[in-house]
Amino acid sequence: MARPMTMTEKILAAHAGKASVAPGDIISIELDLVMANELSAAVAITEFRKIKGADKVWDRSKIALVPSHFTPNKDIATATLSKMMRDFATEHAIENYFEVGRGGIEHVVLPENGMVGPGETIIGGDSHTTTYGGIGAFATGVGSTDIAAAFATGEMWLRVPHSIKIVFENGLRQYVSGKDLILRAINELGVDGATYAALEFTGPALKDLSMSGRFTMANMSIEAGAKNGIFPVDATTEAYCAAVGKKNYTIYHADKDAEYTQTVVIDCAKIEPQVAIPWLPDNTRNASDLHDITVQQAVIGTCTNGRIEDMRQAAEILKGRKVHPSIRAIVIPGSQKVYMQCIKEGLVETFIEAGCVVSTPTCGPCVGGHMGVLADGERCISTTNRNFRGRMGHVKSEVYLTGPYVAASTAVAGYICGPEELQAKVPA
Amino acid sequence: MILKGTAHKYGKNVDTDVIIPGRYCNLIDPVELGKHALEDLDVNFVKKVKPGDLIVADTNFGCGSSREVAAVALKGAGVSGVVAKSFARIFYRNAINTGLPIFECVEGVDGIKDGDTITVDAANGVITNESTGKTYSATQMPPFMQDLIAMGGLLRYVEKRLVEKSK
Ligand code: SF4
Repeated sequence: MARPMTMTEKILAAHAGKASVAPGDIISIELDLVMANELSAAVAITEFRKIKGADKVWDRSKIALVPSHFTPNKDIATATLSKMMRDFATEHAIENYFEVGRGGIEHVVLPENGMVGPGETIIGGDSHTTTYGGIGAFATGVGSTDIAAAFATGEMWLRVPHSIKIVFENGLRQYVSGKDLILRAINELGVDGATYAALEFTGPALKDLSMSGRFTMANMSIEAGAKNGIFPVDATTEAYCAAVGKKNYTIYHADKDAEYTQTVVIDCAKIEPQVAIPWLPDNTRNASDLHDITVQQAVIGTCTNGRIEDMRQAAEILKGRKVHPSIRAIVIPGSQKVYMQCIKEGLVETFIEAGCVVSTPTCGPCVGGHMGVLADGERCISTTNRNFRGRMGHVKSEVYLTGPYVAASTAVAGYICGPEELQAKVPA
Repeated sequence: MILKGTAHKYGKNVDTDVIIPGRYCNLIDPVELGKHALEDLDVNFVKKVKPGDLIVADTNFGCGSSREVAAVALKGAGVSGVVAKSFARIFYRNAINTGLPIFECVEGVDGIKDGDTITVDAANGVITNESTGKTYSATQMPPFMQDLIAMGGLLRYVEKRLVEKSK
């Protein structure tokens, strides 16, 4: 009988043309999609041009290029990188090039356009490519030389990861979302607790989680060092695939007796809104314990929390309230589609009436690029995924990671605060 | 290949945002990138680093983003190799793919102080602390990765694959 396998092992075996694989095996897999943004693409293209015998890309329908980080371009240097990618897309007739105004942030854009699906293998020149594990794909981030190689061959070598199972028990409390669950899980594992591993998320709480929440969680798997994070495919996944027009996918389920090197059980009933304080994403606290921390900026958006559900959560808090006088609140829908939906639902009006800036889709402040870079000593509450030193600007600025509910509540209160406490202090 | 230089020692979780901050990720040239290597962790690093020097760090070196320029910036600054207790996975791949020698060695890191002179026999993974005379051995890389490095990096391997595939 074949060796029992985890979900990740099954997908990898199928794409390596093998009956089974085991952790530690070094294999070469066929890729279903290769993604790059303007930063990783610029280097990848330079490397690709050096490959002898690679005058064409392997498959122009299986490459996605998405300008997202410093776009619309903030200066000449970033405009040059974007131009390199645009020219390459034209030269190789890349089918999925998402120009500014027609896309947004890579990890928000690809799922909503039906470009990722269950059982697929996806690599991206961006560490948060793990996002697509939310839909049941094997998805991982790589550097630009790996992208160049994949452009040429459609293959990637990798070491089969061991799997760690994270079980979410019980239901979610009000105002608790995927972000809070993943911040707890990273706290349990530590920032290098899952290095080289696959995280497999399971448990009864998943039924309460929308695709948006799952993408948020898979997105941050890398913050525990994981190679990928993956969710089982269920009715929620299939309904999402139908809605975005994703067809022809394969569903893999983990075998009952598959091997996990570790199982972490998290009781969701005990989780309240979370905040990760500087300087690491595993430095998690309850939002309710951080009242003495005032902030100067709030950022709501990015590949972690820039989907329509995140925008709705922020608007639910901001509706009828005002952003605190000492705070700049910056709301960034993750894609043009999300932006349009925000307009249709009246969320943009809510944000602007509350005193927020609403920006065109971009990574912007998340990577200290533009649209909200921090000065010396400033603190920001943010729905992004990294709070490393200097991540959002000055090396002495600080980033506090959280979900949209707490970010919006904090923007109103002026200090770190959850929705329940805000309701008591500043009723809408 | 023998690497020899001064050890610049750092702690755990040296992330890619401090190896090369996002604000410099619009640069491609290794030398330009190198001028900002580790700037947000140690502003004096680029002033004191000499060609051939090595970085010695605790666990999870290179965690964070996939930016390959992190490995390139260290090379651009003159760093000949990195010895750490463990590496984050994308950095590990990027180092192999771009030809930055890296060595996993728990005892070696504990036995080396900032400023010690060290040599690394890259082929055999033997690390010598010249300041104390002690030697340590690094974890062996799987044969496939050794082959990749020996071949001159990932792109040479790809060229071979392209020829195989066209047959
Ligand atoms: S939003 Fe931030 S984390 Fe996400 S892809 Fe952009 S820079 Fe990376």
